[in-house]
Amino acid sequence: MARVLFFGKLSDLAGARERNVMLPSRTHTVSDLIDTIGEDDTVLSAALKESSVRVIINEKMADSGTAVSDRDEVAFLPPVSGG
Amino acid sequence: MIRVCEEPFDPGAELSSFESAAKGAGAVVSFLGKVRGKAESDDVTALVLEHFPGVTEKSISEIEQQAKSRWNIDEVLIIHRVGRLTPGEPIVMVCVASAHRRDAFEAADFLMDYLKTEAMFWKKEVRKNGEAWIEPRDQDYKDVGRWREDN
Repeated sequence: MARVLFFGKLSDLAGARERNVMLPSRTHTVSDLIDTIGEDDTVLSAALKESSVRVIINEKMADSGTAVSDRDEVAFLPPVSGG
Repeated sequence: MIRVCEEPFDPGAELSSFESAAKGAGAVVSFLGKVRGKAESDDVTALVLEHFPGVTEKSISEIEQQAKSRWNIDEVLIIHRVGRLTPGEPIVMVCVASAHRRDAFEAADFLMDYLKTEAMFWKKEVRKNGEAWIEPRDQDYKDVGRWREDN
């Protein structure tokens, strides 16, 4: 199971700040992970595909082509705003 | 020093202890950001801030190092609240100490522009008629663009 974290408006769409996602054997990249999430939640997967969304895997910057495995923590970050 | 905290902080006390820590600096610049009471359209009753524990602090630390390599500064303090805040409460404080004022002013300005547009915080306004996630304004992106090397 990959641990998937959602921040900001993405956590509202996901209905939770995190989900454990069972990765089918065909899941190799972040893009595949988003497709897996999209099987149950097309609205969320569309939001995760937006170009403004950043991906961090195990606290390192990643992108849609980065490899994912069952042991990874994958965080999806919408546009930030602080201060 | 970087502190991301849920509990309120006392800006006066923070500035006083920062000044003591930065003994010998000729210039101390501090900026305090507070929760506004008015949104663009209607009254804000609260602001809710999230961060990515560990990752947010690490990214701010990297930007602090950038500021230190770019300007001649001695000490930096960055405090940023998370959780639920009400109008009037301090949300962010940046203090910079330097031998001379120009470095301190510019570094504090640079750090605030970064915190507004690039640091990993997510901000939601709670309004009388609903909630809305806030994204930086065009002006915020223009402000941070001033620091690019090619400008």
